Amino acid sequence: MTFRLAALGACMVLAACGSGQDVDPAAQYGPTPSLPEPSRALLPRMHVPKVIGWASGETPTVPQGFRIDAMATGLSNPRNVYPLPNGDVLVIESKKDAKEPVERPKRPVMAWIEAKAHGGNGGGPSNRILLLRDANGDGKPDSQTVLIDRLNSPFGVVLVGDALYVADTDAVLRFPFTPGQTSVAGPGMKVIDLPAGPINHHWTKSLTASADGTKLYVGVGSNSNAMERGIEAETDRAAIWEVDIATGAFRVFARGLRNPNGLTFYPGSDTLWAVVNERDELGPNLVPDYMTSVKRGAFYGWPYSYWGQHVDSRVRPQRPELVQSAITPDYGLSSHVAPLGLAFYAGSSFPAQFRGGAFVGEHGSWNRPELNGYKVAFIRFENGHPVGQPMDFVTGFVKDGQARGRPVGVAVDRAGALLIADDVGNTVWRVTAATP
Amino acid sequence: MPANRPITATETTFVAEYPARSVAWTLYLLLFPVAVVAFLAALATDGAYAATAYLMWLHFSEWLIAAGLAFGVLAALALLVAFVTTPVAREARYGPAHLVLFYVALVVELVNAFVHTADGWTAVVPTGLVLSVLAAILALAAVATLFFVPVEWVGARR
Repeated sequence: MTFRLAALGACMVLAACGSGQDVDPAAQYGPTPSLPEPSRALLPRMHVPKVIGWASGETPTVPQGFRIDAMATGLSNPRNVYPLPNGDVLVIESKKDAKEPVERPKRPVMAWIEAKAHGGNGGGPSNRILLLRDANGDGKPDSQTVLIDRLNSPFGVVLVGDALYVADTDAVLRFPFTPGQTSVAGPGMKVIDLPAGPINHHWTKSLTASADGTKLYVGVGSNSNAMERGIEAETDRAAIWEVDIATGAFRVFARGLRNPNGLTFYPGSDTLWAVVNERDELGPNLVPDYMTSVKRGAFYGWPYSYWGQHVDSRVRPQRPELVQSAITPDYGLSSHVAPLGLAFYAGSSFPAQFRGGAFVGEHGSWNRPELNGYKVAFIRFENGHPVGQPMDFVTGFVKDGQARGRPVGVAVDRAGALLIADDVGNTVWRVTAATP
Repeated sequence: MPANRPITATETTFVAEYPARSVAWTLYLLLFPVAVVAFLAALATDGAYAATAYLMWLHFSEWLIAAGLAFGVLAALALLVAFVTTPVAREARYGPAHLVLFYVALVVELVNAFVHTADGWTAVVPTGLVLSVLAAILALAAVATLFFVPVEWVGARR
């Protein structure tokens, strides 16, 4: 018996048992990713890269014909960038401060392991918005000022008229602000509370506004991996909210999106797009994260199903009638790449093939033996739809299995350059087309 | 104490007198029941989770298995020391069986602890529940062997 138990144990540890999930990430790009059977190892198959940061002069790698420079360094966990119409760039420094409650022995163990991947947060103050001013547009800021201080884990920002809206982890705030100012003209006023503590697992609240400036869209991630903290913890989470600016009223625009980020309207359309972090612990090649247009009132599966109607057997009670209504996302990015940033290329300084395409900031995760993500991918669009395979646009964030940086928010600035917030690298990168 | 003096009633119930004033054995008598009770309780809460899908029961099982393993590993060490230092322990009829059953129960619960880390239903149904039943049977079998061990081992019966 001892021997057979040992054999069983070994089999579970190795997770072989006939379901190795040998899937090339490339088979999970696009509208019809290959989906292996779920598999679970006894010990999670993780690879947590140590954070080593960038040595002086080191940069990520860009394709031939482009160059990349650090626009700002020595930051404190920059998570997002937001270029203003006058050429100023906002940098959102943000950290999750509160600890999640320990409701099971797994939590402290995982927290200890994962802390390695978030190391090197920079010593300085965080949870604030910096303003970089680059008057001559050469990519080297002339000044850096603190625009808004003492925020609560901010992430999304959007400028609507003469107001700057900031999505803290627990509320959307409105600051009177006109581009050109280097300080806000008054204290923030709360537009609406957002779901936050005491658990607040997925804490980044992505934010954008409708073209007519009447509605805000807020990404509110789930409080768990697969509803293992109970349905009570998920009220109005794993959803995109539509908030009426005038009244502060909200409704859920779409749901079943585990952790939606990078909310962006496709240029010249009223189609909202998002990148979504899908669930873990179903194997190294499940579930593909994705980029999708978000349909009003739609349900995208979480937690009951993934990639349309593939049922997640961990979730009880099951909801077959709800699963039947789940729709399939548009474009798979492969598993555990952790997309957190999305920007459509509306500039003109990059070659023609980039126009209208999507840059995706893939933060990368540790839920598979070989690291995936840790890069900025580019996906070409035709007629408003993603086509072909993603291209590795900015790479080199991982060196010898250690993380020099991790890309998060991405944006295209006034000059058509791509800006990248690198949170553990504490840098904002700027990619320009190399002048021939 | 003279080796051939008759044992009094008081002495037979006083564990520390036998078999060799073993600290390890005394600690074992403290730790072993905690582990067994925790494993039996985890089986009960696994059953409750399987019946209700209420996540509180899953969390109870996880903590109970963890506590059972913590006490169980200490108990296993104490038992090992008792075996090495006290010949009567390993020479008793079911002494080695007791040790093997308890150790295997611990190994099963170690596997079970990892199975229970899954996020939801599959943490318990079916594998976790099966392992909890198996470990409970092994732990109870280890308890049953104590019925047969000599007075020198438990200091209670002759």
